[in-house]
Amino acid sequence: MKSAVLVEGVTKKFKTVTALSNVSLKISEGELFGIIGADGAGKTTLFRILCTLMLADEGRAEVLGLDSLKDYRGIRSRIGYMPGRFSLYTDLSVEENLKFFATVFNTTVEENYELIADIYTQLEPFKKRMAGQLSGGMKQKLALCCALIHRPDLLLLDEPTTGVDAVSRREFWQMLGRLKEQEITILVSTPYMDEASLCDRVAFLQDGTILAVDTPAGITGLFTAPLFAVRANDKHKLLTHLRSYPHAGSVYAFGSTVHYADSRSSISTEEIEAYLLDSELQDIKIEKIEPGIEDTFMALMKTDKENLHE
Amino acid sequence: MRVIGFLLQKEFLQIFRNKGMLPIIFIMPLIQLVILSNAATFDVRNVPFNLQDLDRTSLSENLSEQFTGSGYFQLTGESSTSSQALDVLVGRNADLVLVIPEGFEKELMRGGSAKVQLIINAEDGFSAGVIQGYTNDIITAFNRDLIPQLPGSAVAAPQPDIIVRSSAWYNPELVYVDYMVPGILVILVTLVGLFLSGMNVVREKEIGTIDQINVTPMRRYQFITGKLLPFWIIGLGELTLGLIIARVAFHVPMLGSYWLIYLVAGIYMLVVLGMGLLISTLTDSQQQAMFIAWFFMVIFTLMSGLFTAIESMPHWAQNMTLANPVRHFVDIMRRVMLKGSGIREIAVPLAILTADAALLITLAVNRYRKVSD
Repeated sequence: MKSAVLVEGVTKKFKTVTALSNVSLKISEGELFGIIGADGAGKTTLFRILCTLMLADEGRAEVLGLDSLKDYRGIRSRIGYMPGRFSLYTDLSVEENLKFFATVFNTTVEENYELIADIYTQLEPFKKRMAGQLSGGMKQKLALCCALIHRPDLLLLDEPTTGVDAVSRREFWQMLGRLKEQEITILVSTPYMDEASLCDRVAFLQDGTILAVDTPAGITGLFTAPLFAVRANDKHKLLTHLRSYPHAGSVYAFGSTVHYADSRSSISTEEIEAYLLDSELQDIKIEKIEPGIEDTFMALMKTDKENLHE
Repeated sequence: MRVIGFLLQKEFLQIFRNKGMLPIIFIMPLIQLVILSNAATFDVRNVPFNLQDLDRTSLSENLSEQFTGSGYFQLTGESSTSSQALDVLVGRNADLVLVIPEGFEKELMRGGSAKVQLIINAEDGFSAGVIQGYTNDIITAFNRDLIPQLPGSAVAAPQPDIIVRSSAWYNPELVYVDYMVPGILVILVTLVGLFLSGMNVVREKEIGTIDQINVTPMRRYQFITGKLLPFWIIGLGELTLGLIIARVAFHVPMLGSYWLIYLVAGIYMLVVLGMGLLISTLTDSQQQAMFIAWFFMVIFTLMSGLFTAIESMPHWAQNMTLANPVRHFVDIMRRVMLKGSGIREIAVPLAILTADAALLITLAVNRYRKVSD
């Protein structure tokens, strides 16, 4: 399969901060590819390099088979970019924004209407409204329409769901699924772990380095240690107690429970319970669970940090 | 072309939709034109003056009447001692004290010469000079017309004098409005052009839309044309409005050609817009852009010869004003409107403006980059 995005050894430094260090990545055509990373991991820098807004210090990038330095002009007319910050004209109406972006891409709204029809019908009742007065979810939909209006082959979405409510987020991902059916390659970044499982493949970005690239199932497969969800009356005390347990792997709060990974391969809930009973904790409940993508990410982050300190 | 056309349409939509911007563009210039051209005047009238008549004779009274009747001075009080007179000056109840000493009439009747003292507040040297000029005129006239008629006058017949009769050309009645309005029109056009264009691109940077624009295949020349053309049009529209007001409300003469004014204004707008765009590309926020634009605006205005004559500046400052586009346009406007100068007479300043325009637009276009480091 041809690759839609090819990144080889890209490094980008801002004065003293290294935003990306030796990043390599290959995304196939038609893939829905997720980049997961905390704030400041380097996601936006990577996007800006791919959409030719920024030059890498080292390494090279190829987008849709075109070199990001030599053929930047060719790339620009074939990608749709949606920056993390809402950046449409707030003082233009929904309709005017869409028409403006269609014109600058030398096309018309009518020409590619069927591509956005699905999303735009939800915006239609507000088409005379100024973009600045839309709700967060509506803004995202409009931005997506504007990025799609010239039927790009590659869609670059930088944190499209940040600051959007849960319902709109789910809708947004459903829309991405439908766009994928139209054979548009989608590269999407997000700080939300739950969204990672909706991608074909994901890359974990941490401090400018890619920790792992795999399918969501493959990523969870990386997690081999036994994992338990533990509950008690005092979560904070529970965390400190579990962390001081000699066999503790990663221990972190997960909603109302604490996820605890043990470094031994075979261990039963009773053993942990026995350890915790020595403390003053009450209402202890322990349950063995299957690792999710977030558990894997936490574990990857932890080992990465430990490797750095060694 | 279609892209530029649509970009223009978008800019105008945004400008006219901006409720804060419209008054700035159309109302502010009107107010400024009306207020500035009436307030900014070198006329010194109704100078408050204090009389210290220690002679109290009909002749001394006659002299003081010459002052009050001249129209330049207004009697605000009398004093009897020099310390009182000083108090009046310090308290700013008078800018001039006329002291007529005791024996003034007696001296003159005897055929001798008498002295009067004039104390002028010279905080503002310019006004003091004007006041002194007025008082000299009055006293000279007094000497010429009155003293020879006195009975004991030694000078029986008037001496043959060289009499200077002056008449002012190009502004015969010395109407200051005629002199100020052409210059103020320049300031207005500059203000609108520099600030609006300076704020515009940086605003797109601030709200992040510049990124969206930069990833489009839109070419640099398209973007810049689309950004500058609206303000070029607004600037010339503003000038038209100003010229109409100058004609209708102030009756400022227009001896030259309107076409010439528009030709110069068209070039001048490119200078201003190039500068605005350059500021826009060098700054990251509207605040920074505003501050820089303001800085240049103040320097340009003060060194334009609008309020203070360039000839009275020190030599180095005079040379500096050659680099000031506002100076050249003010100069051209006055010459064309009041003197009817043609293109040949204004060739030098026009050439300088054209060179400025080419330089600034080139610089600004080169500074604008679609890719950041």
